[in-house]
Amino acid sequence: MLEKYLTAEMVQFKADSENWQEAIKLAAEPLVQHHFVEPKYVDTMIENVKQFGPYIVLLPKFAMPHARPEDGVNKLGLSLLVLEKAVEFADGKIANVFLVLAAPDKDSHLSLLSELSAVLASEEKVEAMASAKTYQELIKII
Amino acid sequence: MKILVVCGNGLGSSFMMSMNVQKAMKELNIEGTCSHTDLASAKTENADYYIGSPEIMDQLNDGKRKTIPLVNMFSLEEIKKALTTHILKG
Repeated sequence: MLEKYLTAEMVQFKADSENWQEAIKLAAEPLVQHHFVEPKYVDTMIENVKQFGPYIVLLPKFAMPHARPEDGVNKLGLSLLVLEKAVEFADGKIANVFLVLAAPDKDSHLSLLSELSAVLASEEKVEAMASAKTYQELIKII
Repeated sequence: MKILVVCGNGLGSSFMMSMNVQKAMKELNIEGTCSHTDLASAKTENADYYIGSPEIMDQLNDGKRKTIPLVNMFSLEEIKKALTTHILKG
């Protein structure tokens, strides 16, 4: 089901980003453009990291920025950014895969997260995602 | 035994972490329930143990709550180690 949400227009590949804030903004751009979220959702995601720490880095190389439904989510969506060069967070955690989650309520995204969890349980798949260069490569992995 | 997994928003990371905590509980034969919530709600919800990132645990720790900080929530090994140290040997 992940591939149903991660359509080609929601996935980006870039060489690098200035810092983690810029990476989150860039990663979320398709969601804003296609009106899945309001622009303020992006700022809230960044604020959350400042307030709660970089726990959105779920495991080395992989971050899942998100905020709450009431922070400006219009409908369920995902967008993905793969950076060739990782960016560093405050406590030295690094990430180059950014999967932005927009959840409109407390439940509708849970099956997506279960599926994602199965992907993340495989170190090989996370490595492959972090070094993916094309959309086709990425879709094969998930 | 009630374990509450806590994250900032209570809808993404804590859900995924709770799936792994449940797996670890099963493997260690710890009886009980594990649910997930956000930081604000966790402050008013009673549980035997609270699990989450070190930053979240710092904000929850009032000296009375039993908190278990986890760095890598996808490492089943780390979760099992933490549960063993805090609960089984606690």
